[in-house]
Amino acid sequence: MSALLDVENLWVKFPSRHGVFDAVRGVSFTLGRERLGIVGESGSGKSMTGRAILRLIRPPGIVEADHIKLDGVNLLDKTEKEMRAVRGQRISMVMQDPKYSLNPVMTIGDQIIEAYRLHNKVSKSAAYKKSLEMLEAVSIRDPERVMRAYPHEMSGGMGQRIMIAMMLIPNPEILIADEPTSALDVSVQRQVLDIMDRLVKERGMGLIFISHDLNLVADFCDRVLIMYAGRIVEVCDADKLHEAKHPYTQGLLNSLPRLDAPRDRLEVLQRDPAWSEAPSVSGRV
Amino acid sequence: MNMLDVNDLNVWFGSGRDRVDAVKHATFSVAQGESFGLVGESGSGKSTILRAITGLAPDWSGAITVEGKAIGHKRAKAFFKTVQMVFQDPYASLHPRHSVDQVLGETLQLHGFKDIDTRVVKLLEDVGLGTKFRFRYPHQLSGGQRQRVAIARALAPEPDLLLLDEPTSALDVSVQAEILNLLSDLRTEHNLTYVMVSHDLSVVGHMCDRLAVMKDGEIVEVLDVDVLRHMNAEHPYSRHLLEASL
Repeated sequence: MSALLDVENLWVKFPSRHGVFDAVRGVSFTLGRERLGIVGESGSGKSMTGRAILRLIRPPGIVEADHIKLDGVNLLDKTEKEMRAVRGQRISMVMQDPKYSLNPVMTIGDQIIEAYRLHNKVSKSAAYKKSLEMLEAVSIRDPERVMRAYPHEMSGGMGQRIMIAMMLIPNPEILIADEPTSALDVSVQRQVLDIMDRLVKERGMGLIFISHDLNLVADFCDRVLIMYAGRIVEVCDADKLHEAKHPYTQGLLNSLPRLDAPRDRLEVLQRDPAWSEAPSVSGRV
Repeated sequence: MNMLDVNDLNVWFGSGRDRVDAVKHATFSVAQGESFGLVGESGSGKSTILRAITGLAPDWSGAITVEGKAIGHKRAKAFFKTVQMVFQDPYASLHPRHSVDQVLGETLQLHGFKDIDTRVVKLLEDVGLGTKFRFRYPHQLSGGQRQRVAIARALAPEPDLLLLDEPTSALDVSVQAEILNLLSDLRTEHNLTYVMVSHDLSVVGHMCDRLAVMKDGEIVEVLDVDVLRHMNAEHPYSRHLLEASL
């Protein structure tokens, strides 16, 4: 299987008054046409990894890597202008909170149409039709009304589905979803995941799913990278996550309360400094 | 005597055409020393019930009784010595320019305590922070440590009833375990009664004895956690919620 995306030795650094802070420290992985989960606590560098792929880290932040190859072409060699053709068109990103990623003073229809026409030379009416189709594809009822509405009129779940519609309309090869469901209720969460799952399967996209929710990732992804302090500490198949060997992964799993197995006290994660010292595990296939 | 009785509580926002009924005819009671959960999706009115009890939602009707005393729209000073609340987001609920010492000291002073110095130290130890955190500012604390400060602040007036509004939803799972353990310990030590709001059924299942399931501002079912564990919820919505969280 040829990899869609190939990341080798990725570092993200932020210079600060107290020296350089390494948010991501030498991460390598590949992504095929699969659902790859990245899990870890806040501050483990999972979101930074996602952003670094799209070169969305602003100065003074520094991204270094041996290569970040998309279909064999190194993204690090591209100019900012060439990068803009990659973002959205070939790699899309869905951010955590729909409230902050939609433009509050533009109707939803205008925003989706803008996103589509930016990448495709089509007439307004064709773009409108395509946008309607896309909203239907993410299970939005009454898409004509939604096209006329403003983001504040939408619930969180609808906002997130609209974001997904917008991100998928240029038909990207890779979708990076950064905590796409953590602002949503459990019942809505499932719906959004099902939609993403269906679209990924139908279109044969690669998906990077960034989340702190282990059970969700175990359920939804094919392969999981577990990150700790900027490094990958373990790579495993999602359905075997519960047999994970690394004490950090086990600790995270054990600290979750479970309905079917009540306990008086929850286990608290005991951190071992050796975890952050150990070299990064490669996530290559 | 019950710690808390809520009878036919209605809470609304706005008036006329814009009126939204956030809570409709909510009735439940919480016994002394019990831990009671409120679950439901966002917008179901679970947090609004807590806000109505503490007086943060001004428009309400019905009866709220705390320790046998009916609560009016204007709350007496003694009420705040009995009932305290911990908010969802520790990043937002602490004053960014007040040190931990100021946050706790001011609360203690407002409640008329004299031995503030020893009490601040005691509070910090109670929530497992220790004195080295006393003169830190919120930005120098992690999310879990901030939530501990917020819990210490709520414990300062020595309340009997603690209202917890999603106390761990802004925290990582590993930190969530620490805070939930802390809350269980404090409940036994200080003989507290909890009313806990959460959208996470497994957290409520871990912490509470009984819970109410809410939908669209109404309590659709009140059930024991044991019933929940055995998947015997009666109302279709509770079942739906159960299935979604597994």
